[in-house]
Amino acid sequence: MDILLYMIPLALLLGLMWLAAFIWSVKSGQYDDLDGDAHRILRDDDENPRSN
Amino acid sequence: MGHSHVSDQPIDHQSLEPESGYATLARSGPDGCYTLELLVDGVHCGGCIQKIESRLAKANGIDRVRLNFSTRRLALNWHGDAANANDYVRMVERLGYTVHPYDASEEMTGTREEEKFLLLCMAVSGFAMGNIMLLSLALWTTTGDIMGHTTRDFFHWVSGLIALPTVIYAGRPFFRSAARALASGGTNMDVPISVALVLTSATSLYQTITHAEHAYFDSVVMLIFFLLIGRYLDLRARRSARSAATDLLNTLTGFAQVVENATARQVPIRDLTEGMMVRVAAGEKFPVDGTVVEGVSEIDTSLVTGETGPRGVAMGHNVYAGTLNLSASLTIRVARAAENSLLADIVRLMEKAGQGQARYVRLADRVARYYTPVVHILAGAGFLFWWGVMGVGWQPSLMIAVTILIITCPCALALAVPVVQVVATGRLMRRGVLVKSGDALERLAQVDTIILDKTGTLTRGHPVLLPGTDGQMLQLAASLAVHSRHPYAQAIRAGYQGDMLPVTEVTEQTGSGLEGRCNGSRIRLGSRMWCGNPNTPASDTLEIWLQIEEQQPVRFTFTDDLRPDAPAVITKLQAAGLQLLLVSGDNRRVVEAMANKAGIPVFHGEQTPPQKYALMSALRELGHKVLMVGDGLNDAPALAGADVSMAPGTAIDMAQNAADIVFMGEKLAPVYETLMVARRSQQLVRQNFVLTTIYNLIAIPVAMMGWVTPMIAAIAMSGSSLVVIGNAFRLRQKG
Repeated sequence: MDILLYMIPLALLLGLMWLAAFIWSVKSGQYDDLDGDAHRILRDDDENPRSN
Repeated sequence: MGHSHVSDQPIDHQSLEPESGYATLARSGPDGCYTLELLVDGVHCGGCIQKIESRLAKANGIDRVRLNFSTRRLALNWHGDAANANDYVRMVERLGYTVHPYDASEEMTGTREEEKFLLLCMAVSGFAMGNIMLLSLALWTTTGDIMGHTTRDFFHWVSGLIALPTVIYAGRPFFRSAARALASGGTNMDVPISVALVLTSATSLYQTITHAEHAYFDSVVMLIFFLLIGRYLDLRARRSARSAATDLLNTLTGFAQVVENATARQVPIRDLTEGMMVRVAAGEKFPVDGTVVEGVSEIDTSLVTGETGPRGVAMGHNVYAGTLNLSASLTIRVARAAENSLLADIVRLMEKAGQGQARYVRLADRVARYYTPVVHILAGAGFLFWWGVMGVGWQPSLMIAVTILIITCPCALALAVPVVQVVATGRLMRRGVLVKSGDALERLAQVDTIILDKTGTLTRGHPVLLPGTDGQMLQLAASLAVHSRHPYAQAIRAGYQGDMLPVTEVTEQTGSGLEGRCNGSRIRLGSRMWCGNPNTPASDTLEIWLQIEEQQPVRFTFTDDLRPDAPAVITKLQAAGLQLLLVSGDNRRVVEAMANKAGIPVFHGEQTPPQKYALMSALRELGHKVLMVGDGLNDAPALAGADVSMAPGTAIDMAQNAADIVFMGEKLAPVYETLMVARRSQQLVRQNFVLTTIYNLIAIPVAMMGWVTPMIAAIAMSGSSLVVIGNAFRLRQKG
């Protein structure tokens, strides 16, 4: 059962990475305008990809 | 009556551009960068986002442009010159959108921050729950003897390592709210929750240190996670559609054209002072209260007085902030600064009214008021019984007390209301009814009296031509009417189907009517004074006259017609046991005629906004629960002060903001439907409370006997939450 000593921290680490990514996405405003994003995804042009 | 010459002197055109003041609103940042937030009207689809963003992205100096579709806010960042702001605004306006300066109100930013905070707490607790459950499954399905005591303790330590920071981070919404309640000498649902969270975490830590068989870290994080779901849903339901909140006030926080020494300059409306001369173009709103000093025009006062027809104004007449100048440019002398205008008075009345409404205690909070002491007494009794009477050690006794706190399941209670509200508002949304505040349906379900406004609420809000005039005259009138945007002219045009006659030399005489030439003869379409027959007796209906040369004039009459289904809906509402009142600012006879037609027995005419508010308050003081349905500025205070309020989608922004519920379409039926959904959801909420009570009646004795293991507590908690959610979804099936 020694494997648990590696696997459990590893699982936690993966989870933490997801959590960090999520917190970053909320803080950088990606949840601010969900309706607008639903429309934006249908845009064809990428002329202004850095508009956010 | 002559034309409206406002000023024949040359005017500095540069400063006349309405958007020239935006540069002063730009905030400068480091390195010569500027930021500006604007409110854009008329954004309806993804195409609009693209049009505006791609146009601006190509503009000079722009670093970043982002249009928020939900809030209609356009955020601009650029470098270079602050004056660029005016060019950017002009670009957007040329694309066909209206732009207003944006004042970020404290309240709006507050709610958004709160929502973000809850979302983060929810994510953290969700992460913690998932990871702890991974370990707990192993702990539940086996015993320490089989898996080895070291492994079990290791699992407990890892769980604790995840759970304790989670409680500290994600438990903050509950701790803060509980602290606030206790500080003000009261109590709420968050008090037992906080006590349970702290006690369970502390005992679990103690158990882990002392190598005990069970730790309850999984229950703690599950409790937090489920409760946060309910909190988040509740906040979202309450926030939606409040984004438009600043719209009308923003049109009145822009700029006014002040005329001084033959030049005009832009002055922020809040800086206008008594005695200044302000130019108001046709189609603009008056920024302040004032007196006309130059020009003749017609104004739409329906916002303030509720009158349907346009009113002619000339020198010496008073005009009010927020009313619309319809046909020609006017110059007015400012009578009162913006903060003292009639509009500002109405806003203040609304704020006062809103505070009255805030006293409403939501059902969940009322339940919590009884729930809190009962649960704490039971837990305390459990502890004393096992420790004092049965002589068990203090740790197991305390554990039983904590189990009681957890298993009485505030989860199901916390979910009982918001889930029903989310399902109900979703269902109403698909029918074109927007529920803006979370507890609106709860308040609506208790309503026993409905106050209806006339213009725009019971009626469609625009004049409709009455039949009765001979076809040839109608053709002539319609042919002339196409040359005007006046509401009556539009109604005549809408009332005529067929070919138009060619009319030449058309001129619009402001305040009087239209004149033109058709087949060689001069024709006039306008007011009774101008081209009508002054000897015909006056009638209640709205009228306009057509005269060919000096022949006998012909009259066209209009009515502001009832919404098509109004009588049927009113019968249904009365059958549902509701008392109805018609209240309007319009003249008594018109109101009476409308009340009879719609089948409403009680009516009040010629009511000013404060009178409407007073009438509504008087009914509330008599113990009635009042639903106010209205659309104008004159209804806004009553809308804000009523127990619950509805406004049609055609209502002015301020009425929509003041109302709890906004309904779309030509029909009045949504009022009835929403009421029925509200009653049904209230029934479901009650059922949910009954279900959780039954659950508690079973769970509490079991917990008091000390039979509950962490696994049973976890299953019971999720089970009861699922039952409550499942029950809420029954709302979707019916109807």
